[in-house]
Amino acid sequence: MLSRIAESLFWIGRYVERADGTARILDVHLERLNHLPLEEQRSVARELLAVMGARPQSEDFGLPELLHSLAYDKQSASSIAGALSAARENARRARETVSSSMWEGLNTTYYGLNQHRKDVVGTYRFCNWVLERTAMVRGLADSTVSHDESWLFLVLGRSLERADMTARMLSTRDVQSAGMSWVNMLRCAGAYESFLRTRRAAFGDQHAAEFLLLDRLFPRSIVFALRDADECLAKLDPSAQRVGFINDARRIVGQARTFLEFHRTDDLMSELPEHMERVQKAVTQASDAISRKYFNQADEHAWVGEVS
Amino acid sequence: MSELFQGYSEAAARSGAYDEMFAPGQEARKSYGQVAGALSELSLADVTARADSMARTFLDRGVTFDYAGEERPFPLDIVPRVIPADEWDVLERGVAQRVRALEAFLNDVYGRMSVVSDGVIPRQLVTTSAHFHRAVHGFEPAGGVRVHVSGIDVVRDAAGTFRVLEDNVRVPSGVSYVLENRQAMAKGLPEAFGQQHIRPVEEYPRRLLSALRKTAPSGVDDPTVVVLTPGVFNSAYFEHTLLAGLMGVELVEGRDLICRGNRVYMRTTAGEQRVDVIYKRIDDDFLDPLQFRSDSMLGCPGLVNAARAGGVTIANAVGNGVADDKLVYSYVPDLIRYYLHEEPVIANVDTFRLEEKDAREHVLDRLDELVVKPVDGSGGKGLVIGPDASREELEALRKRVLADPRGWIAQPVLQLSTVPTLSGDRFGPRHVDLRPFAVNDGEDVWVLPGGLTRVALKEGSLIVNSSQGGGSKDTWVLADTPQLPDEALPRQTVTVREQVSVWPVESNWRDRQTDQQQ
Repeated sequence: MLSRIAESLFWIGRYVERADGTARILDVHLERLNHLPLEEQRSVARELLAVMGARPQSEDFGLPELLHSLAYDKQSASSIAGALSAARENARRARETVSSSMWEGLNTTYYGLNQHRKDVVGTYRFCNWVLERTAMVRGLADSTVSHDESWLFLVLGRSLERADMTARMLSTRDVQSAGMSWVNMLRCAGAYESFLRTRRAAFGDQHAAEFLLLDRLFPRSIVFALRDADECLAKLDPSAQRVGFINDARRIVGQARTFLEFHRTDDLMSELPEHMERVQKAVTQASDAISRKYFNQADEHAWVGEVS
Repeated sequence: MSELFQGYSEAAARSGAYDEMFAPGQEARKSYGQVAGALSELSLADVTARADSMARTFLDRGVTFDYAGEERPFPLDIVPRVIPADEWDVLERGVAQRVRALEAFLNDVYGRMSVVSDGVIPRQLVTTSAHFHRAVHGFEPAGGVRVHVSGIDVVRDAAGTFRVLEDNVRVPSGVSYVLENRQAMAKGLPEAFGQQHIRPVEEYPRRLLSALRKTAPSGVDDPTVVVLTPGVFNSAYFEHTLLAGLMGVELVEGRDLICRGNRVYMRTTAGEQRVDVIYKRIDDDFLDPLQFRSDSMLGCPGLVNAARAGGVTIANAVGNGVADDKLVYSYVPDLIRYYLHEEPVIANVDTFRLEEKDAREHVLDRLDELVVKPVDGSGGKGLVIGPDASREELEALRKRVLADPRGWIAQPVLQLSTVPTLSGDRFGPRHVDLRPFAVNDGEDVWVLPGGLTRVALKEGSLIVNSSQGGGSKDTWVLADTPQLPDEALPRQTVTVREQVSVWPVESNWRDRQTDQQQ
């Protein structure tokens, strides 16, 4: 398939997952934030924004600004509305490749972005709506796009972003005075019930973190997402069957995953922020490597001399 | 008729145009019987609800055109335009005839120029056309076809006679709306399909693909076809995606292509892949920075050389614009006689050539009664309608015509025919034109039954262009017998064995019942 289209599909996967992850994080944190006095709200809002990889635009950054930055700012790819707009724009560019129902799903979502109240109450509803819409888009992608190369790029983007989002989610635990409990952390990831069933409610910090980092069966755990990404990469490039990996992306993803899997859980916990940063960095590097291998248009503007 | 048609016949009579649905002071014409019946059953609330739902569907599905960076839906009116079989027969023959003549003309113009040496048209007419490209002179395009796709605009005058308004043999657009409109109408006004047979339009993409494959460079057994788009900001981007999607081929941008050794390749995740046929939706000027505008990044350097060397088919061929120059248009009836030895089936609109002194003087005296058009314009750009223009505009026009008489033609103001169109709380007569599309595979010219009916949504307006507030209507060509799409694709070489017994429905169903009980 065309490199440009593969790139669009990869980014659709990433952006849709980003909208989903951001909506989950925002939803749970809003609840916490509302309990706090104004002063603390402001500092927590700033820290939360930093974890999501953005910087406050103004001095007096508080809750309303946080809502704007993470939910409604269409200009920024780290907001929900921005990510969904970008996903839709990418789908528009790859429209003959994505299925029409998936395109319509993204397109109607895009048109629905403006129909929400932009205050705290409206944002709760907005987050829920986003979870529904992204689930729908994912479902349509899974059931109406051929599971060929195009779909692999979509899932590759999705799983890398998912690893990244879970890492960010876990990093928000360190946001000062937010006092994010592990219960809330699990709820962020939609993992609460699964966790309870797996661990029979015997939860401590240790187990909850383990679950989100390392559970091999829960789809939003980092290890699960990285394994998904690795499987996609393996299918896209079946050349390394026997010895070694010449594919940079596979090496990076594999290293990140095995590092987590073979590390002692106690150590992981005591240095959680560092490890989460490592995961995010690996995602960025893997993304770059994929881009170099499959999407590269470096000689785009080079003119090739003609014979005649 | 329902209250929705109150005052319609008076308004239609006032405009003096031919109304497609109603003969003056009478009931609906026979061809509109079914549509009239369906509409008369509906209340205003029904009609507006259906129209709204059709509009929302278009927006959701992204059936839009891009105007000044904004995606707009192309409004579809709920009343179709109906063409009876006998009238369509004439249009079909006339359009195909014109395409054959223009194809012959282009071949001649970029070759021996016998049309000039035989004195049919002046040499200067050809050489001064802005779209006559010397870069493609003297070579036969791969596949042998120049006008693969054309859109010949026709209108009906006050007497009800069809006339050709202009030829589009470069990059005619709008066929996607023909395809989408039909689907939307099946949901929006299902009652109107009822007892009559309407000729299907959905075979267009297969016809197009088949023609593109057939005109591939020689020696290529299984040609790779792509659609070349300038990108998402082009007003017809939706159409490009739709056609590529329906043909199952890649939609490429210039930056996806590379030319090397007079072959064209596209960049894919599996490396470079050869491209044999490019259905280009880019103007010639932007196609190849080595030949045309060097500042354009929309195309790909080397394309024209590759085409010249026969390494790739470009459809439509580069340089076709000389055939839809509006001054050349005025000679098309002569071209039909010259190349085909036939009389034109559809007449032209009377046209004054302003470079001829007598005609120019005549026209300059009557600017306020005529339509004056630039010869290389499209989309209604630069056109001046005399009766609607102010004194200052006419004065400015006079100066421009005198400065460049080759650049303009003049035509009488035609009262284009009208069709009832929803406007506010009732139907009013609105002017329409028609763009039938034709696909030429080198052996046959196939005309899509119907075409795009564009409608001026403003009362009295004669400008139907989408960029100027126009909408569209579904165009129904009636047939006497049920119509099934023809098989246009090349036959599959591999026979797929029918697998009737894969799902033994009965027993399987029982198994599942037992499963559930367990």
